[in-house]
Amino acid sequence: MVSVEDYGEYETAWCPGCGDFNILKAVKAALANLAMPPSEVLMVSGIGQAGKLPQYLNCNFFNGLHGRTLPPATAAKLANHELTVIAVAGDGDCYGEGGNHLIHAVRRNPDITVIVHNNQIYGLTKGQASPTSERGMVSKIQKQGVFNNPFNPIAFAISQDCSFVGRGYAGDVQHLTELLMKAIQHRGLSLVDVLQPCVTFNKLNTFKWYSNRVYKMEEGEYALDDRVKAFERSLEWGDRIPLGIFYTNERPILEDNHEILKEAPLIRHKPETGRVNRLIEGFT
Amino acid sequence: MNLDLTIKIGGAAGQGLETIGNVLSKSLLRSGFFVFSTQYYLSRIRGGHNTFQIRISDAEVRAMDENVDILIALDRTSVDRHLDEMTDGVVIVDRDVVELGSDHDSIFHVPMLKIAKEVGGNKIYANTVAAGAAIGLLCLGLDPLNEVLKGMFLKKGQEIIDSNLRVAKAGYDYVRENYPHGCKFNVSAPEAKGDRMLIAGSEAAGLGALAAGVQFMSAYPMTPSTGVLNYVAGHAGEFGVVVEQAEDEIAALNMALGASFTGARSMVTTAGGGFSLMVEALGLAGITETPVLIFLAQRPGPATGLPTMTEQGDLLFALHAAQGEFPRCILAPGTPDECFYMVADAFNIAEKYQIPVFVMSDQYLADSLFTCDRFDTSRITIERHLLSDQELRTKHGDYRRYKLTPNGISPRALPGQEGMLVCADSDEHDEFGRIDESQENRIRMVDKRMRKLEMLREEMNPPSLYGPRDAKLTLIGWGSTYGPLAEAVDMLNEDGHPTNLLHFNHIYPMPAEKVKETLARSKKRICVENNYTGQFARLLRAETGIEVSDRVLRYDGLPFTPMSIIEALREKQVI
Repeated sequence: MVSVEDYGEYETAWCPGCGDFNILKAVKAALANLAMPPSEVLMVSGIGQAGKLPQYLNCNFFNGLHGRTLPPATAAKLANHELTVIAVAGDGDCYGEGGNHLIHAVRRNPDITVIVHNNQIYGLTKGQASPTSERGMVSKIQKQGVFNNPFNPIAFAISQDCSFVGRGYAGDVQHLTELLMKAIQHRGLSLVDVLQPCVTFNKLNTFKWYSNRVYKMEEGEYALDDRVKAFERSLEWGDRIPLGIFYTNERPILEDNHEILKEAPLIRHKPETGRVNRLIEGFT
Repeated sequence: MNLDLTIKIGGAAGQGLETIGNVLSKSLLRSGFFVFSTQYYLSRIRGGHNTFQIRISDAEVRAMDENVDILIALDRTSVDRHLDEMTDGVVIVDRDVVELGSDHDSIFHVPMLKIAKEVGGNKIYANTVAAGAAIGLLCLGLDPLNEVLKGMFLKKGQEIIDSNLRVAKAGYDYVRENYPHGCKFNVSAPEAKGDRMLIAGSEAAGLGALAAGVQFMSAYPMTPSTGVLNYVAGHAGEFGVVVEQAEDEIAALNMALGASFTGARSMVTTAGGGFSLMVEALGLAGITETPVLIFLAQRPGPATGLPTMTEQGDLLFALHAAQGEFPRCILAPGTPDECFYMVADAFNIAEKYQIPVFVMSDQYLADSLFTCDRFDTSRITIERHLLSDQELRTKHGDYRRYKLTPNGISPRALPGQEGMLVCADSDEHDEFGRIDESQENRIRMVDKRMRKLEMLREEMNPPSLYGPRDAKLTLIGWGSTYGPLAEAVDMLNEDGHPTNLLHFNHIYPMPAEKVKETLARSKKRICVENNYTGQFARLLRAETGIEVSDRVLRYDGLPFTPMSIIEALREKQVI
């Protein structure tokens, strides 16, 4: 039995009312429901308010650099695939600074779950535009309003045949918990984009703004491996914003590509110095 | 040294001179000679002018010679450019293919293409004809060459092997029949063959990594570091290594850190330009105390610089890279055998002290073939310094990843070990690895990390002494310049200039007291480096207060030769 209490209770550095609290709740509930002992979970995060999430959990964590969440998460899974590896990042971290890593992590398809706290703003640096900010949003830097098109993580992920693509909402803990459980259980890279209101800096995309727009997609509306239908749905944004699983596939995972991992996790393999002698022979 | 001969092969990229060079080098090693080979190539896939130079001797050779005895010219440029490097040697050229402006009695026409087509049935055998012709010109036996060809084409089947042997013999016979006076080199194969190997720095470092039990390697290909990546990747399946080609060097080092944190012995390979991108993650290794080996093969910068040439220009960069202060270690092997043993040492240092360790080489060491004594794997030890499950049980759940200890080294457990949690943080953190921004904690943690450096300093080797203990002149060098410096020292002593060499391969942290002791005996000190600013001399002064009397610097992209060092000393009127 694993309970939510096993994942601890910590004082946080988040603003009161922040969407991150509910994401933390959902993460704990999902892990407890899946009966995952904390010592078998590795959280990998970057920097930002989202990156602090592992600090408030009882589990193993590697809290790395801003934008660099996915490379260490991928390699940690390769080193010990018995661990449940969950990468936690913000929209700036995963879609901005770490955009290139996202492209290639999706291509590699390690069996990890990527949770992105998408608040459409930079919180820790106090209110600049993020890769997902709406066009026209005014900030201290974007005085004339944001000009750049917002990045669409869901459409991007489906276009690149990402193994599991879902969207959750920090205002609906129950739905988010179930979504995270499915993402963690899915074999392959699962991207879960979580709409997360920033109560301090984002005065546009508030709880109210999201709550008026989000709706849960019906199960069975279309086959989840229908990439074209999924892509079409991923373009829906504005008055109505769909939540749930958009797309899944059963692509081979990165770990399957390494024969050596079939016997045991990489870190359990014993080195064989003596075998080098045969190679040395080739240089004589 | 009774014999000292240099064979140079010149041609355009893509003409296969590397194949001829490798085949000849190995055949001459098997004939019992000491062999030293270097390559000069440009950053292109086809065309341009490249050379492969082989020096053979009956005594140890550690560097290039500037005089050429046999030139195998695959194009006209090779003749035009290198004729004035010839002693009274011989040029082998296929006049059916290469149009020559002038004639010269030392030019030997060998119809390589014709022989390849007639005897082998395919023009691709022309290079094997050239190798046979060179062995014929040296009047050596064909057996070693035949053995090398058999080994090389083992996977291609008997037919290919037979064709190669036939054309090699045809090239050999052609030279012996048409140029009987060609045997003027008076070469006889040494009696004792010794247990020696011919290997480049890249392969030696790759072998060292495999011997040391590397489990994870990530890299983005970049000349001149790719050789190590290729070598390890080529044997990854058989040795249980996961090799990941990263999307960029940022990912490469971050991956290695993720794998290392989780418990895999991890390394990256890169050159200066790629390391520029790794700098951020280097600091992450520092503050999270995650062991990692960074194999840094230098080439002339800045930016793209001279991609295929050599320089020792990244020492102070590696030493100072990343914001803030944290312990690191720098090793710089001087020869392939040092590459082999040092990569293993570097892993042990990285894991004992939980720090990033650099092994710095350069294009010259990476690509040159050296004759070494057979590597001895029994000298390799693997020291992981990990807490066992048994040891963890005695901790009763009170595991602190960053426990404050007298020497600064905290016990290292791995995520997934039962009954405890491992937390690593790039923010300043407390003993458990959770964010702590208090001043008291900051001081404790900085002190803890930096204490490790002082303990490591005691473990570092002082420089090695080559030549007479007491000499008027002391040459100082680091890393790959060992060979040319050692040969220069021999030549100077023979000419009546008492000289010795202090060579550093353990660079940082510098064991200052031991170094001062070693240097106290020297009267005149000249630091010899492949860079413009004399980086090692600056480091030596910073660490020991010792000022060198002068510097010999080379930064044209080429390695030092013994003669170039001696000429520079003459110019400075040191000798």
